[in-house]
Amino acid sequence: MIRTDRVFGLVVILVALTYIVSAYNLPPGNLFDKLGPKAFPTIIGVGMIISAAVLVLRPDEEPEWPARPTLMALGFATVVLVAYAYALKPMGFLVPTAIAAGVLSYQITPHRRNAVLVGIGLSIGLFVIFKYALGLSLFAFPRSLTG
Amino acid sequence: MDIFANLALGFSVALSPWTLTLAVIGCFLGTIIGALPGLGPSNGVAILIPITFTLGLDATAALVLLTSVYYGAMYGGRISSILLNIPGDEPAMMTTLDGYPMAKQGRAGEALVISGVASFVGALLATIALALVAPYLARIAYKFGPAEYFALYVLAFATLGGMASRNQAKAGLAALIGLAIATIGLDNNAGFDRFTGGNLHLSDGVDFLVAIVGLFAVAEVFFFIETHGRDSAVGVKLERVIVPWAEMWSTRWTMLRSSAVGFIAGVLPGAGASLGSFLTYMMEKGIAGEKGGFGTGVAKGVAAPEAGNNAAAGGALVPMLTLGVPGSGTTAVLLAVLMTLNITPGPTLFADRPEVVWGLIASLLIANFVLLLMNVPLVRVFVKVLMVPPAVLLPGVTMISFVGIYSLSGSYFDLVLMILFGVMGYAFRKMDIPTVPVILGILLGYQMENNLRHAMTLSGGEWTYLFSSPIAVGLWIFAAAGFIAPIFLRGMLRRPQVAEADKVTD
Repeated sequence: MIRTDRVFGLVVILVALTYIVSAYNLPPGNLFDKLGPKAFPTIIGVGMIISAAVLVLRPDEEPEWPARPTLMALGFATVVLVAYAYALKPMGFLVPTAIAAGVLSYQITPHRRNAVLVGIGLSIGLFVIFKYALGLSLFAFPRSLTG
Repeated sequence: MDIFANLALGFSVALSPWTLTLAVIGCFLGTIIGALPGLGPSNGVAILIPITFTLGLDATAALVLLTSVYYGAMYGGRISSILLNIPGDEPAMMTTLDGYPMAKQGRAGEALVISGVASFVGALLATIALALVAPYLARIAYKFGPAEYFALYVLAFATLGGMASRNQAKAGLAALIGLAIATIGLDNNAGFDRFTGGNLHLSDGVDFLVAIVGLFAVAEVFFFIETHGRDSAVGVKLERVIVPWAEMWSTRWTMLRSSAVGFIAGVLPGAGASLGSFLTYMMEKGIAGEKGGFGTGVAKGVAAPEAGNNAAAGGALVPMLTLGVPGSGTTAVLLAVLMTLNITPGPTLFADRPEVVWGLIASLLIANFVLLLMNVPLVRVFVKVLMVPPAVLLPGVTMISFVGIYSLSGSYFDLVLMILFGVMGYAFRKMDIPTVPVILGILLGYQMENNLRHAMTLSGGEWTYLFSSPIAVGLWIFAAAGFIAPIFLRGMLRRPQVAEADKVTD
């Protein structure tokens, strides 16, 4: 059976090897910095390999991963958040926030009308707080629209 | 005496109307944050750091606000423990054991009042002890050179890792991942990038605020999506709140003992508030014996862990302020606050910026009194807050996190990085890999590497220099013991805890 810890351990070992190799291409130390920039990362990388090897050899019990539909929902939430991150600047605060907050709300409690209300309410409420109470510089709508 | 002069300085900073207002706001927000399930002192303070920072508050004001939130969250954690049997944060877990049974007997009001007073006693005594002990430790810390500091950082990771996970390999790995992330970006001494893969956004390094908010706050949203917020609190009722003077007086020794033990647990690196509440509960249970009825809803059972964890929260500030080494997740977040404000904790802080240290301590004392007033007569207000459904709360927390991080850097790159840390936090918690060492690694990595390089330059590349002073050797021994001992102690420490929890839910 594939164990999460084994897979994760192998991934960490690969990352750590890349990390160490990348450290080796850094310049050596000098009189004022005896150790140079590569020693500390090398120690860290070796430590990572050792602990990851322990995970591969002696994995813990399998964690309780959620079922496929929940994993899909989590993946979808991640995509929404990334899209939100990219949309925040070009599209202004209100519309992307309402959509992202509404989607997350619906995912936590699947109730359509409430989710729409939460999205709109949070978007406007937070905008007022951030912009007028805290004085952060946020734009409600795309700047191209308002000039 | 020195201490009175120092405290007078502190109060002269902290008693302005402006800082008092901030303390009240902070305490109020903090109690709400602590009471809400899913939000605790660490992620509550984490999401507020970027916003406080963009508000342009000066160092003292920001520190007063955020430490009030921190203390407030420590107080607030007990509310959902008692009313819902859900700890609002990890240190409040032990409070569920007797608090919830009391609530089921219709004595929720008494439990809230007693635990509120216990929190006050624990936090007040710990703050006083902090003011007494910290200057002495700061004096010792002056003797620390780079070799000692390097050993100290190892000690912090070892003890924190030893306590935080059931698997030492995972705890160690978490710390190393954090340290590796800290090495990304411009090299400390020379002018070139490391491990950025040519990405310009990464040459400034990974901002620890981005990592903290991602790991602590965004990850929480994923958990709520998975569980559909089953732990929601709709329908909680609090009948009447009366002050049970006699019952409270009967817990006086419990409160005092627990404050002392909690403070010591907090000072130890890596232990923190969770251990404080656990130790004090077990201690009081042992003292009371079978007749004490611990676990069935007795006043001492809520007084002990609350005094213990609030005292530990104060104690945890000692190593954080004097050595710059936090002992727990929440103090790691407070260290992040200080670093954001360009304040470097450590012995020099006491000499160079006394107004910050003593202003902080004075504002903690003030926060305590504000919190006592808020948490006993006004506890009903906070109970109302518990009714906010997670479908509103968690999207709100996410949006606040986004705006906070966005207003810091104005770049989508940090936001995406924050989401990645959120996914990482979710996966790590599933795999029982602690996330606090990751944060600590990112926070301390730069200093740790600098001290190592400095030590090696001083010694001409001789590695034995790291073990050349008695202080350093002592720290290394403690580090090894702190990492290895939990393997043997685990059987003793963890098992009764799980058994207790089962008994209550049965």
